[in-house]
Amino acid sequence: MTKEEAAARLTSTIAKFVAHTGKRLPDDVRQKLKELGEQEETPLAKIIYEAMFKNQDLAVELNRPSCQDTGALQFFVTCGANFPYLGQLQDILREAVIVATKEAPLRHNSVETFDEYNTGKNVGKGVPSIFWDIVPDNDELELHTYMAGGGCSLPGKAMVLMPGEGYEGVTRFVMDVMTSYGLNACPPLLVGVGIGTSVETAAMLSKKALMRPIGSHNENERAASMEKLLEDGINKIGLGPQGLTGKNSVLGVHIENTARHPSVIGVAVNVGCWSHRRGHIIFDKDLNYTIDSHTGVEL
Amino acid sequence: MAKKILTTPIKAEDLEDIHAGDIIYLTGHITTCRDVAHRRLIEEGRKLPVDIDGGAIMHAGPIIRALGDEKYEMVSVGPTTSMRMEKFEKEFIKETGVKLIVGKGGMGAGTMEGCRDHKAIHTVFPAGCAVVAATCVEKIESANWKDLGMPETLWTCKVKDFGPLIVSIDTHGRNLFEENKIKFNEKKEEAIAEICKHVSFIK
Repeated sequence: MTKEEAAARLTSTIAKFVAHTGKRLPDDVRQKLKELGEQEETPLAKIIYEAMFKNQDLAVELNRPSCQDTGALQFFVTCGANFPYLGQLQDILREAVIVATKEAPLRHNSVETFDEYNTGKNVGKGVPSIFWDIVPDNDELELHTYMAGGGCSLPGKAMVLMPGEGYEGVTRFVMDVMTSYGLNACPPLLVGVGIGTSVETAAMLSKKALMRPIGSHNENERAASMEKLLEDGINKIGLGPQGLTGKNSVLGVHIENTARHPSVIGVAVNVGCWSHRRGHIIFDKDLNYTIDSHTGVEL
Repeated sequence: MAKKILTTPIKAEDLEDIHAGDIIYLTGHITTCRDVAHRRLIEEGRKLPVDIDGGAIMHAGPIIRALGDEKYEMVSVGPTTSMRMEKFEKEFIKETGVKLIVGKGGMGAGTMEGCRDHKAIHTVFPAGCAVVAATCVEKIESANWKDLGMPETLWTCKVKDFGPLIVSIDTHGRNLFEENKIKFNEKKEEAIAEICKHVSFIK
C-alpha cells in the first residue's frame, strides 16, 4: 500500500464511520436509554421516550442522521508514535469530515469567527477539533469521534475555585449548571466533570469524561463515589426527558481528574445530550480496524 | 383523548383552550426561523421574506438535500434551543403575528408576555427526534434568505400531523419550564445538602 492509497483508505473508513455515528447511537447509550425509558411513569415522559425510540429506528431505516444537529466534529486521537500515517493524520481527519458531510449528509456547522460566514464544508479554522495524545513505542491509532452539537455544548462551563470551597463547591458548581442550562440541553444528559489545576485542564478533562463508556467509573474510589452521588442527586432534581420532568435526568456522571496547585481547584462541566453521538475505532498499522462502540457495523 | 390538531392559518380563538402541558399537532405550513432571521427583523429592521401572520415558525436548522431546479428534500429537522431567540421573541410575535412557535427547551418572561398579549403559544418538539419531524414534512415550498447558509435559511414546509408538540407557554400567561424550574431548584438544594455530607475530602 502506498502512502496515498493508505491515506485514501483511512479517509474513507473514518468518513463512513463518522457518518454511521450520526445515524445510530453507541450500544451503551441505546441500552441506557432503554433502561431509563422503562422507568418513566407519566404520559408526557412516556410520549417523549416513544418519539425518541421511533426516531432512532427511522434514522436507521431511512439512512439519515438521527438529529439535524450533527455537531462540530471533534476527534480525540491517541496515536502510537510509530503509526505509519501519523504525519498525514491531521489532513486525513479534515478530509474525512468533508467527505462525510457530503455523503451522510451532515449539516454545515462551521462558521468562521469574526468573518462570520458558514464555510459550507463543515470544516474551518481549527474545526474539526483534534486533540492529540502520542503514545511512545506503539503503532496503533485509536480515535474517539464526537459530534459536538450546539445544544449540548451550550451548558459548558469552567472556573477555578478556591480550596476553601472544596468539593462542596464543586458539587454546587455542577448542580447549578444542571438547572440553568442543563435542562435545555436534551436530557437525559451524560455529565462530564473535570477537576484539575486551571480552567483549560479542567475543561479538557470534562470533555474527555464524555468519551468514557456509560457505566464506567473513575479509578479513584472517592471520585467514583462522587460520580454516584452526583448521578443520584441530579436524578433527584427530576429533569426527566427534555427537561419536562421525569424520574431520571442523566445517563451518567463521569469525573476525570488530575493533580492541582495547592491554591486552586479547577473545575469544569461538559454535557452530552441523550443523542450522544460518540464513536470509538482503533486501527492497526495495516489499517485493519476494530469498532467497540457500535456492534454490527460494516463500513 | 382525541388528538388536538391545529391548522394554519391559526386564529387567536383556536388557542384559547390550549394550556401549558398539553400535547398538540400541526397541519399546514411552518417556516424554520432562528438566530440571524430574528436579528435581521428586530435589529436590522428588515422585513421577513415570508408572511407568517397566523402562521407557525420553528426554531430549527435542518439538513436539506438540494434536488436541483430550486427543489429540496427535508432530510432531518429538529428544534434548536429556543432560549437563544428570547431576546427578540416578544417583539417578533408582535411584528409578525406568528401564532405558533416550535422549539426546544423553555423561553423566558418576554416570550410569555408576547404570547399572552398577542395570543400565541410556544411548544416543544422532542429534541433530537429530527427524522420523526422530517417525515411529517410533505414538501418544502420555498427557501428564503439562502445567503444565511443551510441551517439559517427560512425553509417553508408543508406539514401534516406535525408533532408531538408539548405546550410550554400558553396564551394565559403560564410558562411550563419556569414553573418546573422552581421545583427543580428546590430539589437541587436538597440534593446538594445530601451530597455535601459525603464529600469533605479536604481536611
